[in-house]
Amino acid sequence: MNRRIFLKNSAMAMVGVGSTPAWLSRALYASDAPSPRKKILVAIFQRGAVDGLNVVVPHGEPRYYEMRPTIAVPRPDGTPDSAIDLDGFFGLHPALKALKPIYDSGRLAVVQAVGSPDPTRSHFDAQDYMESGTPGFKATGDGWLNRAIPAGAKSPLRAVSMTPDLPRALRGQNDAVAINNLNEFQVRDSQESSVFESMYENTSDKFLNGTGRETFEAVKLMQSIARQAYTPANGAKYPGGRLGQSLRQIAQLVKSNVGLEVAFADVGGWDTHVNEVGQKASQGQLPNLLQNLGDALAAFYQDLGDRMAEVSVVTMSEFGRTARENGNRGTDHGHANVMLALGGDIRGGKVYGDWPGLAEEQLYEGRDLNLTTDFRDVLGELVTRHLGNRQLGIVFPGYTEAKYRGLIS
Amino acid sequence: MRRKLVPLGAVLLCAATLAAKKKPDADYGLFKKKLSKDEQAVHALDRLTFGPRPGDFAAVKKMGVKKWIELELHPERIKENPELENKLAPLETLRMSQAETVAAYPPPQLIRAVAMGREPLPADPLTRAAVERQLSRIKVKKNVNAGEEVVEPIVPLDELLSRDQIRALRNGNPQQKRQVLASIPSEKIDDVVIAMPPGLRNQLLPVAPAALSRKLMQVNNPQQVVLTDLVQAKLFRAIYSNRQLDEELVDFWFNHFNVNFDKGADRFLISTYEREAIRPHVLGKFRGLLEATATSPAMLFYLDNWQSVAPESQRRRNANAPRRGLNENYAREMMELHTLGVDGGYTQKDVTEVARCFTGWTIRNPQRGGEFFYNDRMHDKGEKIVLGVVIPAGGGRDDGEKVLDILANHPSTARFISKELAQRFVADNPPPQLIERMAKTFRDTHGDLREVMRTMLESKEFFSAGAYRAKVKTPLEMISSAARATGAEVDFAMPLANQVAQLGEPLYRKIEPTGYSSANAEWVSSASLLGRMNFALQLAQNRVPGTKVDDSRFLEDPQKAAKMLLATDAAPQTREAIAKALAEQKEKNPNAPAPAIVAGLLMGSPDFQRR
Repeated sequence: MNRRIFLKNSAMAMVGVGSTPAWLSRALYASDAPSPRKKILVAIFQRGAVDGLNVVVPHGEPRYYEMRPTIAVPRPDGTPDSAIDLDGFFGLHPALKALKPIYDSGRLAVVQAVGSPDPTRSHFDAQDYMESGTPGFKATGDGWLNRAIPAGAKSPLRAVSMTPDLPRALRGQNDAVAINNLNEFQVRDSQESSVFESMYENTSDKFLNGTGRETFEAVKLMQSIARQAYTPANGAKYPGGRLGQSLRQIAQLVKSNVGLEVAFADVGGWDTHVNEVGQKASQGQLPNLLQNLGDALAAFYQDLGDRMAEVSVVTMSEFGRTARENGNRGTDHGHANVMLALGGDIRGGKVYGDWPGLAEEQLYEGRDLNLTTDFRDVLGELVTRHLGNRQLGIVFPGYTEAKYRGLIS
Repeated sequence: MRRKLVPLGAVLLCAATLAAKKKPDADYGLFKKKLSKDEQAVHALDRLTFGPRPGDFAAVKKMGVKKWIELELHPERIKENPELENKLAPLETLRMSQAETVAAYPPPQLIRAVAMGREPLPADPLTRAAVERQLSRIKVKKNVNAGEEVVEPIVPLDELLSRDQIRALRNGNPQQKRQVLASIPSEKIDDVVIAMPPGLRNQLLPVAPAALSRKLMQVNNPQQVVLTDLVQAKLFRAIYSNRQLDEELVDFWFNHFNVNFDKGADRFLISTYEREAIRPHVLGKFRGLLEATATSPAMLFYLDNWQSVAPESQRRRNANAPRRGLNENYAREMMELHTLGVDGGYTQKDVTEVARCFTGWTIRNPQRGGEFFYNDRMHDKGEKIVLGVVIPAGGGRDDGEKVLDILANHPSTARFISKELAQRFVADNPPPQLIERMAKTFRDTHGDLREVMRTMLESKEFFSAGAYRAKVKTPLEMISSAARATGAEVDFAMPLANQVAQLGEPLYRKIEPTGYSSANAEWVSSASLLGRMNFALQLAQNRVPGTKVDDSRFLEDPQKAAKMLLATDAAPQTREAIAKALAEQKEKNPNAPAPAIVAGLLMGSPDFQRR
């Protein structure tokens, strides 16, 4: 089915089925879609460099407690201020308790000591490298998530970022749209909208005619979605804040079957140089952010229910933080970090990656957690085995040494 | 922009290059088709300005296109618009040195740290004054629960303003907010600004008068003032300057030698960079422009050259200091983006050799707005070979100067710069013969940029059907041209700048060293087209904060309105769609503001997106 027919069909389906929430899913896939639904990848960027050692805590590593006398998360003891044990060595920060049931059900995987091999400790450079997917090369013009979807005419809503501007990761050859709010993707005045539509539909300017047509098709699709009052399913409750809003709208797009393939959201505030945690491990800056992250991911997982079979979510952050705490009960810019992956395709319930240890000689440059997994190994596995795009040389140019961790069977 | 990467050892293609669609063979035949006299005037205005204003077309016709272009090539002969000078006057950071900027606009962390006693008062008298000004109005309070220290105003907001006033500031309409702000006595205004929570300050930015806006920003984030000044000045100049080609060229060359405001110390360095490294050189010799950027702290910081050190001079002070050594970033971008072009005939070996030549080109204390200096102790003294030229061992700063000579005089540079200019001013895919003629002028005049521009602007290709309306406006051009076409009065340009950013071109914040492209495909996406249409309607209906249009000047007749806004006719499809809509709306509501509707539709039309 080419994109135009796909859109025409969906537009007709909207008219025909009216306000039935499940309008498009039946119309699109019951009759003429023999193949299974397209897989969807959701990437979440934690900007500011999250302290991975306090997210998935190596409570079995005595050095961790030596190096962090005031900000370590206590060993699991069942109280709400201690780590939640995962495998006898690692434990979740207690603020992430909403994720534990997903881990237990085998749909959440953790990768520890993962990150970018580039030594930079600049937020600017490191985010740029992680989003371009080419550590060490500033000249790359596009982003890995854009390259992860195969080129060609598809749904105008195939690549969506829930941010005001298109992030680096989604820039490139393929159509991608930044939508801060689903309701804003339209000409605000409906009367003028139809005049513009007719101008762009009829213009002899071939270039603007093409994009103009696509635009109004996408607008119609989007309006039919945004018009429905959205109620998350299965009693899911998204937390307040931007990330919860973003994931809620991504869930809405997934369920609306508008041809979404990749989505992006980001959340900031992780640069915890000072007072990373309060008096108790469950209070303070980092715990508050983690609570929000865990609750948002759990709500998304619950809301999508069976549809999680098609969806994978992955988190990343530009680099980790120093293994030792600093003089201000915080941590400074470091190296390796932690990534989370959840979804129906994920072989979860496991902490992946080789633990490099925290002894002096095991640290990176004598101060940071060492890297044992390249972030492209994790993203690459999701791109090839989840999205089914085998052109890894295009998604991560120059990265020929990919070693998948087996996150996906 | 699609670019190739030249990494260590092997040559590797960027994925974007691999995936790039093959361009269809350009139809150079259109570049032989001449334009009518009227079209020539419209075209010159479209390309050399940020959009024609009503009356410009007649003025250019009267003067003669050729004479007008010659005048634009000599901006020093054009008297600047006094209105522009009035608008730029309050933006003081535009005229400050780097060190003054750091001193007068200290980062908020510094103020907080001083308040909490973690940092002593700065020794520098200017910084100290800026910090003390704020310190006198805040006190430190222990937040017992979280064990954190927070900074609070000495006089809380509810002691300064009545409950109704605070409510109006928070939830009132713009007019109510303005009334409350105007009613605050001037001796209380600083206390009120400091007592406000940061969110409220941000909310009031668009409604506050310009001087108050600056105060609100200065307390929230002093560095934001620097960016706001830069961005506002950019729009004011695009919209109001009488030296339009000069401003187009500043935009072109800033993008050519791009630096990014968000990279660390660059926030203090970038105003000086545009003012001193770019602006004076855009119609001068290329070698001078190249030298000015190579010795600018903004560029040396942005592309990391300030940290680039010869291997043998590497001294690691302690285990926690980051490892330092040769950094090739600047060397690579200088050849790939600034001079030779990616196919300009250099190798990875040349990149390394050029990087070695520029070791020691560094900055004195960048976080304090330091200046360029050459540090001989960082310099690699060995022999280098750059593009076949031997640079003997034992050199100093001279090694870098020799590289600049080699690159500025290289035929690849002449061709690359000519092509980039032609892509911006003629068409995305300009005829090779034109590029060759421009490159010849470049070589013959040792890179005289005014002469290269003249060769291009006097060419038959420039005044041809292949160039006429062949470019899609960049977001900056779209927003500025709409303001110019409507004769808008802009007092506060940030809402316009936010529109430019939403359309994909956040000013001074392009991360990549490529700068913003002028290629059509770069600027036409679904979201940005919708953004353009919405902005057009908003502007015509006078709903852009900080900007006023005089709607009594709008015309109801679509054809006449097009002449005013586009300086030429709109396409028949556009006119018909507008006429039809107008008839329908009038039937429903005879009092509908027809001229504003027509203006909005015209500025959102396909026609207005072209130049």
